[in-house]
Amino acid sequence: MKVMILAGGLSHERDVSIRSGRRVREELEDRGIKAKVHDVDTALLPILRSLEDTVVWPLLHGVSGEDGSIQALLELVDVPFVGTGSREARVAWVKPVAKAVFARAGVSTPDYVTLPQSLFREVGAKHVLSAILSKFTLPLMIKPARGGSALGVSLVTEKASLSQAMVHCFAYGDMALIEQAIPGTEVAVSVIGHGDKASALPGVEIVCDGPYDYDARYNPGRVEYFAPARLDADQASAVATAALAVHRTMGLRDLSRIDMILDSEGVAQVIDINIAPGMTETSLFPQAVEASGHELGELYAQLVEGAFRR
Amino acid sequence: MTHSDTGGTRLDPWLGSYAARAHNMRSSEIRALFAVASRPEVVSLAGGMPFIGGLPLEEIGEMMRRLVVEQGEVALQYGSGQGYEPLREQITQVMALEGIHAHPDDVVVTTGSQQALDLVTKIFIDPGDVILAEAPSYVGALGVFRAHEADVVHVAMDEDGLVPEALESTLTEVVTSGRRVKFLYTVPNFHNPGGVTLSLERRPRILEICRRFGVLVLEDNPYGLLGFDAEPLPALRSMDEEGVIYLGSFSKTFAPGFRVGWALAPHAVREKLVLASEAAVLCPSNASQMAISSYLEHHDWQGQIKKFREQYRERRDAMISALEEFMPEASWNVPDGGFYVWVTLPDGLDAKSMLPRAVTARVAYVPGTAFYFDGSGASHMRLSYCYPTPERIKEGVRRLAGVMDAEMETIRIFGSGAHEPSSTVEFPSPDVT
Repeated sequence: MKVMILAGGLSHERDVSIRSGRRVREELEDRGIKAKVHDVDTALLPILRSLEDTVVWPLLHGVSGEDGSIQALLELVDVPFVGTGSREARVAWVKPVAKAVFARAGVSTPDYVTLPQSLFREVGAKHVLSAILSKFTLPLMIKPARGGSALGVSLVTEKASLSQAMVHCFAYGDMALIEQAIPGTEVAVSVIGHGDKASALPGVEIVCDGPYDYDARYNPGRVEYFAPARLDADQASAVATAALAVHRTMGLRDLSRIDMILDSEGVAQVIDINIAPGMTETSLFPQAVEASGHELGELYAQLVEGAFRR
Repeated sequence: MTHSDTGGTRLDPWLGSYAARAHNMRSSEIRALFAVASRPEVVSLAGGMPFIGGLPLEEIGEMMRRLVVEQGEVALQYGSGQGYEPLREQITQVMALEGIHAHPDDVVVTTGSQQALDLVTKIFIDPGDVILAEAPSYVGALGVFRAHEADVVHVAMDEDGLVPEALESTLTEVVTSGRRVKFLYTVPNFHNPGGVTLSLERRPRILEICRRFGVLVLEDNPYGLLGFDAEPLPALRSMDEEGVIYLGSFSKTFAPGFRVGWALAPHAVREKLVLASEAAVLCPSNASQMAISSYLEHHDWQGQIKKFREQYRERRDAMISALEEFMPEASWNVPDGGFYVWVTLPDGLDAKSMLPRAVTARVAYVPGTAFYFDGSGASHMRLSYCYPTPERIKEGVRRLAGVMDAEMETIRIFGSGAHEPSSTVEFPSPDVT
């Protein structure tokens, strides 16, 4: 069995993807599994068609990598791959749609509204912003409805900053998710497996100097991580239960990372789903794996072998 | 993973050990966006990469083969810390084209002129010292100055380059405030990123002002031979041997991959530069230097520069024509040489904020904020025409116009005050300097 890792792509998160791909390759090769990294380009489809005894691991972050597109391509050519299927990925990629789905399954998530840029033009930005501030209390999280790595994300603590946050968000996409910011403990729970066999790894607690933005995520120093998170038994159970509920309800497969805020009442409020979580030196999934006592390469090997056998 | 007393980890066991100057060294999402610029689908108007395809690569390949076969034991060995003597002699002949008369002993060969810039800064700058630089200034220089904890004060330019009156008033202001100005950093020809050239009339005036204030001039001149029409203007160094340190490079007139540049400095400065260079790299690459020396000796390098000029002129024309067609609301200079057009966006637009949208539209540029020490300059962008074909340049500007239109739409919706000036200073990667 060989592994082809797809990394790079054309999204805003290309740089993160390349670094993730490189690290996964190194871990697999340390385990004696031949792995190569390939970008998504015009040479890809002929290569996929020619593959034998190969499983693909899509590690493209952002659009095309996490929105189901690359998964659909792999399904079209019947190539086994690690990760969530295309239809489930497409639902998970659009944050407001994902929130609606898992909220219906009883998972808590902060209140939100989704608004396209066109609405601000048609109705008038001033009126829409006023309506947002009437409905929600500060602080608010403004984020692209489709995206990752905190690109285009702003924490709004003052009314005067809301307009700027919307502009920043719309630079990355035409649909904004406006979400009530919840104070609490930020925890990322990684899940492995599928359906009833899925299991949650220990949560990783994120304590950040300032906003948990792109710089904080990918440059060591500003964030202090606790893996496992400093939670009591009830809290640990709450976050794990929420993560598993999301993973199963959304039909996610093999691996995912569910981000949440544990609020002051001990309720896990899910804020984001990642079906191709980052695997860089500062990423949360590898930290969770190490906290669980697994070896990273060993888990990666299990993932590729499991996908290959499907 | 090293854990702190709290039980957590910041994923960096050396966090408490860095020098204070290193704490500001950060990648940013803007820098990460440039990772996309290398993809063929993206028209990159960002990088200052010379058009290597214009070189006679087969001949150069044969030249290098012969170099290794016939002189490999020297070429592949350590060499002189000051640089390969025959090349230093040839460098004086290159500089003579811009009026500089120099002795090979005053030339220090470096690993790119970027290293020369770093060495000069290292030997002159203490933390807090002031460096004057044009507004805007070369991003690679700003990075060096920042790394050495200098304070950069910008001096205004116009279509004729650095403004002497602005230089004088800035010097007066800084000196009066009790701070020490160590040198003026200037790119006098086909400025990166401004595209302008310091006029002949202003050159002696700039030198006189600096002399009067006791300020050294650091003249960085990678583009001086790449003017499209006129003969090269006399270098500042040709007018003042003791007050100017001259930096030269083969990156644009030949190829950057060899990493060969040089500093021409007064005797006492040169001695310190050699010591500093030896401490940094032991010696510049013998192989690269001997390759360039062979190229200068056996090939029509001046004819090649003429070819480059025509290739870059064609590209410049394509860019200006495309700007006129697709972006008439913006304004720009028309450079007479070099690689860059400096664009001023319509009111309210922010080149840095626009970059994610540009990446989605598959076009890249460098926001003006990269070229100011304090991160201002958001209403500008640098467009490079040196590398893409004229057709790609036109397509890139067309895509950029679409980005600008979308951004203007956002401004219309949310108002021009919705862009907050960024205080984050960017460190663009080398391929966009």
